[in-house]
Amino acid sequence: MATAQQEIAAAMPKTLVAQDTRGVNAYIKSGAPYVWVTAAAISVAFIITLALLVLTATRGLPHFWPADLVQGRYQQPERDAESLLVEIRSAEEITTARLRDAGLAVTDDKPLHQRLLVKQANRDVNGVDFRYLLSDWLVERSEPADAVVLERTEWGNFHGFLAGIDEDGKPVDSGADLWALFQQRVDRANELRSKLRAIEKGRIGSINYAIERVRLDQRRLQLDGRTPENDPAAYAELDQRRKEQEAAYQGLRGELDLIKAELARDTVRVRTVDGSEVTLPLAKILDAYRPNAMNLLQKTGYFFHRLWKFVSEEPREANTEGGIFPAIFGTVLMVLLMSVVVMPFGVLAALYLREYARQGVVTQSIRIAVNNLAGVPSIVYGMFGLGFFVYFVGGNIDRALYSESLPAPTFGTPGILWSSLTLALLTLPVVIVATEEGLARIPRSLREASLALGATKAETLWRVVLPMASPAMMTGLILAIARAAGEVAPLMLVGVVKLAPSLPLDGDFPYLHLERKFMHLGFHIYDVGFQSPNVEAARPLVYATAFLLVLVILALNLTAISIRNRLRERYKALEG
Amino acid sequence: MTSVQTKTQLSHGIDISSMERSQTPTRIEDESIAIEVDALNLYYGQKRALHNVSMKIPHKKVTAFIGPSGCGKSTLLRCFNRMNDLIDGCHVEGGLRLDGKNIYDRDVDIAMLRRRVGMVFQKANPFPKSIYENVAYGLRLAGINKKRVIDETVEWALKGAALWDEVKDRLDDSALGLSGGQQQRLVIARAIAIQPDVILLDEPCSALDPISTLKVEELITELKNNYTIVIVTHNMQQAARVSDYTAFMYVGDLIEFGNTDQLFTKPTKKQTEDYITGRYG
Repeated sequence: MATAQQEIAAAMPKTLVAQDTRGVNAYIKSGAPYVWVTAAAISVAFIITLALLVLTATRGLPHFWPADLVQGRYQQPERDAESLLVEIRSAEEITTARLRDAGLAVTDDKPLHQRLLVKQANRDVNGVDFRYLLSDWLVERSEPADAVVLERTEWGNFHGFLAGIDEDGKPVDSGADLWALFQQRVDRANELRSKLRAIEKGRIGSINYAIERVRLDQRRLQLDGRTPENDPAAYAELDQRRKEQEAAYQGLRGELDLIKAELARDTVRVRTVDGSEVTLPLAKILDAYRPNAMNLLQKTGYFFHRLWKFVSEEPREANTEGGIFPAIFGTVLMVLLMSVVVMPFGVLAALYLREYARQGVVTQSIRIAVNNLAGVPSIVYGMFGLGFFVYFVGGNIDRALYSESLPAPTFGTPGILWSSLTLALLTLPVVIVATEEGLARIPRSLREASLALGATKAETLWRVVLPMASPAMMTGLILAIARAAGEVAPLMLVGVVKLAPSLPLDGDFPYLHLERKFMHLGFHIYDVGFQSPNVEAARPLVYATAFLLVLVILALNLTAISIRNRLRERYKALEG
Repeated sequence: MTSVQTKTQLSHGIDISSMERSQTPTRIEDESIAIEVDALNLYYGQKRALHNVSMKIPHKKVTAFIGPSGCGKSTLLRCFNRMNDLIDGCHVEGGLRLDGKNIYDRDVDIAMLRRRVGMVFQKANPFPKSIYENVAYGLRLAGINKKRVIDETVEWALKGAALWDEVKDRLDDSALGLSGGQQQRLVIARAIAIQPDVILLDEPCSALDPISTLKVEELITELKNNYTIVIVTHNMQQAARVSDYTAFMYVGDLIEFGNTDQLFTKPTKKQTEDYITGRYG
């Protein structure tokens, strides 16, 4: 029997030249398969991420492209022909059998027929925005250069041809260029409208806010037991304030009426494709363009113009038209508030766990509990936020500080503050875990260096350990933002609404209104996608909003990452 | 390390070990005493790491601790500024008096103790801050915030640590950009900036190249004019070169302590002789 030494000697190579370079074993030993498998994993992850971006972008962004208007005659067999002026949205091949089942008298000469999804607009006239057409039956197609798309404040778009402009009911001599005159008038109307908005939303909003404050102050006086009899001065002061506001309101009212009259001056006569003429007030027309008369450059310009309007304007018509600015704003503000809350809270908790607590069974079980919090479904946090923050904390705040406005709740109702706090709770474990890991990585030698110079433990933490752990804290924040910005379910319980009347940040004291409800991109996607009456109009908006949500989260993350990289550079650990 | 020593001797033409040696060996009994260790026992949990150590560290002299690895020399050194307090389950019995005050008394403020007893570690550990802020760190801790005072002290300390000429033009650069030897001298500058009474050096040259080692050793000889220095080293030649008094430790016991020349030339204990002649360790 061979000794151990002999067996080892037998197993060791006798030559330096590789013996077995072929075969599966040699291949596995070479390590090449691991390289391939790991590379494949990262490629799949990368490609899927890219595909997600490309999909949302390609489905969402074409919505903003000013597509050509096609005029044609839709001739269904054994029916009267219709004249149509439509924007072709998509085309698909449908089997003849399916079309027959749907009751369409299609011919049998080919197995597939092309079906078009078109936007015919003129919802006030036709009832629906979108309809399906059989491509074969849409004949005599043309793209008239003077076809106009009008974006209206209500009823969606209008497709037609300009017939004339009326001023105070009398036709205006447009001369040669009706389109130029019309555009000029649209611009004028837009200017007046923005003036109107500034007054209504801004100044009248402020007055309403101030009058509401007067009402609440009066209510507070009553609750304090002060009546006009025993404290006439206070009531006189309130009266004075109310009168001031009302006088200001009357002044604005007059201004408003003037502008409204100005705005109502112009009307436009538009001819639909079937020949009937419609009169539209210019006050209701937001924008107008002639896609067929535009060249590629103009279309590109108009594309970005519409994209910008989408990003910067408020939604209209049950969120199916207009922009998503309040949702972007709400998302970003909510995430920022959450960060402000979760960072100090999480860092302090991690500091105690790692630096002060005696490491033992209790600390370890607390750590496990914290880690497990990350696995609690987010809707559960929503329930907790509603029950604890909104009803309990908010209710008590109302009773203590806002009793004058009860029974209408101030903080005792879902709002952006409670949403931020709920998400802060949700992301707390992430920050704690990341910070703890960062603290654990600070070399002992640096703590000793600081202590040996006469620093207390607290001074060492504050001056050496925390700055060096700051990149890890930022990592925690990045993960927290990534999780929080995409969270929708808990927010539906604690503060998100489909349409918020005002932003949580405005010019009225105290500027940041934490009790207000807000809009959120994630919820907006859900709302537009599932709650919208106009499915076809909503579809591209869902993709476009999703694309923007991804971009917003990306922007928030990139900001945090760049801060982290700067910190890393500054506090990079000792070499070796 | 013998070859290294020869090299430095050759390149500089001086035998450092013969520098500043007086003819008649001084005796501990004649020195004024900075620190008095009195029957010190140290336990890690149940395990006793120091056995009844008693010694007197002379004022403004260099005292070296030598001995094989694990003999407790670093542990003893770390008792002097109570660095061992950081280790869970470590406790100390006996006395360790600095200027007559037992530093293990309950009323001792550890932060104040450590301001008076500075320490330099085996591996240079500058903070990831600028060179200037590294030196200013202890001053700021002490509540000194006047820019003029800090500026002056940083310059003085860096000069004291023989680093000023190399870094004076880049005080705001990160300390991590310095070489190992420069970092170790920076750490010494950081320690002397707060003007401690005692400086503890825990194998300060073990990670340095011969040239840097030489510089730090020259610095130590320089510093003893103003500070009481205690140095732990595993390098007997270094102990012989820089120290006035040497303590030889073995497995938690202080075997022999006395004048360096005497200890290396005429050790009284057999264990000491075995160690310095290289029979073990």
